[in-house]
Amino acid sequence: MYGNAYIDPNEKPKSILDGEDPIKLAEFEARIARGEKIEPKDWMPREYRKQLIRMIEQHAHSEIIGALPEGTWITRAPGFKRKMALMAKVQDEVGHAQLLYSAAETLGKSREEMTNDLITGKSKYSNVFNYPAYTWADACIIAWLIDAGAIINQVANAKGSYGPYCRALDRICTEESFHLKYGHDNVVTLATGTPIQRKMVQEALNRWWPPIMHFFGPSDKISNHTEILMRWKVKMATNDDMRQQFLNMYVPKIWDLGLTVPDANLKKNEDPDNKSGGKWDYTEPDWDEFKRVINGDGPCNAERLAVRRMAEERGRWVREALMNKNEKYVLPLA
Amino acid sequence: MIKSLDPRITRENIEENYTIAPLVPMDNWETYEAFHQKKRGDQHMHVGIVHAPNPEMALLFAKDQYGRRGVTANIWVVKTSQVFCTEYEDQDMFETTPEKVYREAGGYKVMDKINKYKKEKNA
Ligand SMILES: [Fe+2]
Ligand SMILES: [Fe+2]
Repeated sequence: MYGNAYIDPNEKPKSILDGEDPIKLAEFEARIARGEKIEPKDWMPREYRKQLIRMIEQHAHSEIIGALPEGTWITRAPGFKRKMALMAKVQDEVGHAQLLYSAAETLGKSREEMTNDLITGKSKYSNVFNYPAYTWADACIIAWLIDAGAIINQVANAKGSYGPYCRALDRICTEESFHLKYGHDNVVTLATGTPIQRKMVQEALNRWWPPIMHFFGPSDKISNHTEILMRWKVKMATNDDMRQQFLNMYVPKIWDLGLTVPDANLKKNEDPDNKSGGKWDYTEPDWDEFKRVINGDGPCNAERLAVRRMAEERGRWVREALMNKNEKYVLPLA
Repeated sequence: MIKSLDPRITRENIEENYTIAPLVPMDNWETYEAFHQKKRGDQHMHVGIVHAPNPEMALLFAKDQYGRRGVTANIWVVKTSQVFCTEYEDQDMFETTPEKVYREAGGYKVMDKINKYKKEKNA
C-alpha cells in the first residue's frame, strides 16, 4: 500500500541533467517516448535512477510498515474466516515489499542499505501508517479505502517506464483486488449491521478521513522537475489527479452505505461553466499536520520503527548462522 | 518503553530510542531467480527473485512468494550469479535480414508449381 513518493519540497532540483551525455540522453528519452521499457543494465540519467530508487524503496517500506497496524488485528478479527482472510492479506503485503525491494535492488541499492535507512528514519514510508487502528472497524477502513488509494497509484505506476517496477506492480495489482473486495465486504457488514456496528464504522471513517486525504501527498508544484519526471514516466499522474480519481470512485460508495464523510465542503462540482466542473470540492487537508507526522511526530512513528528494529535485531543471529561468507552478492537480473 | 494499543507489543518491552548495528552486506544473503510452472505441460516462467542462504531455503521462499496464490505445479530456482545473459546494448545482433520468408512454411508455393506443370503437360 502506498500513496505517492514524498519528495522534500525544499530540495533543489537545479542540476538534474548536469554532465549527462546528450546523445545517450536523447536515445533514452526516445525509447521511453516509443513506449518501450527501460531495463536494469540500460544507460539511464542519474536523476532517473535516484528518483526511482527513492520511489520504489518508499513503496516497499510502506508495504512492510502497513502490515503492522493490520497484522495486530489478526488474532482479534471476528470469526475464523476473517482471521484467515486478514492473515492472507497481511502475507500479501509483506510479499509486495519483497517484490518491490527486488525491483529497487536492480537499480543498485542493496536490501540491507534500504533496511538500514528505514530503521534509522532516513527513508520515508506512507504517512497513513503512522496512525493507529483503534478498533476492528479501523482495520476494515484501512483494507477498503487505503488499499483503494494504493490501487489507484499502483495501476498508474504500472504503466511507467522502468521494467522491473512495472512487472512487480502487475503482480501486486492482481493481488490487491482481493484486498479491496475483502475490505469493502467488511465495511458493508458493519454499515448494514446493528446500530453499534454502524457507529463503530462511522467513527473509524471519521478518524481515517484526514490521513486518506493526505494519502496522495500535497499538490505538485508545477516545476521543471515534475515535468521531467512525467516525461520519463517515473511519475504517471499528479497527486491532485489521483486524489480526484479516488474521490470520484469511492465517495459515492461511502454515501451509498448511508455513512457520512467528515468534510462539510465535500461535493462534486457539476457546474459545467466552472473550470473545475466535474471535479470534487473539498476542504484543503491540513498539510502542516502531514509534514509534522511524516517528519517523525505522529502518534505511531516511534512504535512502527521500534517494532521493525526489534524484528531485525532479534532475527539477526538466525541470518548470521545461515550466512555463507564465500558467496558474493550480484545484482538481481530483473 | 513502547506502549502500544496492542498489548503483545507492549509486553515485548521495546526501548524507544536506541540504535542497532547496521546490517552488513550479505546479511540478507544472495539472490536466486525463480521460475514458476503453473501446470504440467506449461513452460516454466521467470517470476522474480528471492533472497536465500541456500537452494533449499530459496525453494521455500519461492513457494511462499510465488506459489501462495493460484495453482502451481513446479518451481525452479537458480542462483542469479549462475545466469548468463546477452547484453541489451547488443540487441541489434538479433536483427538479421528483414526478409525471412525462407524460414516460413508460407514461403514455399508448391501448388503453383504443380499446377503449372500439369497445365503445360496437358496442353
Ligand atoms: Fe500491497
Ligand atoms: Fe493491499
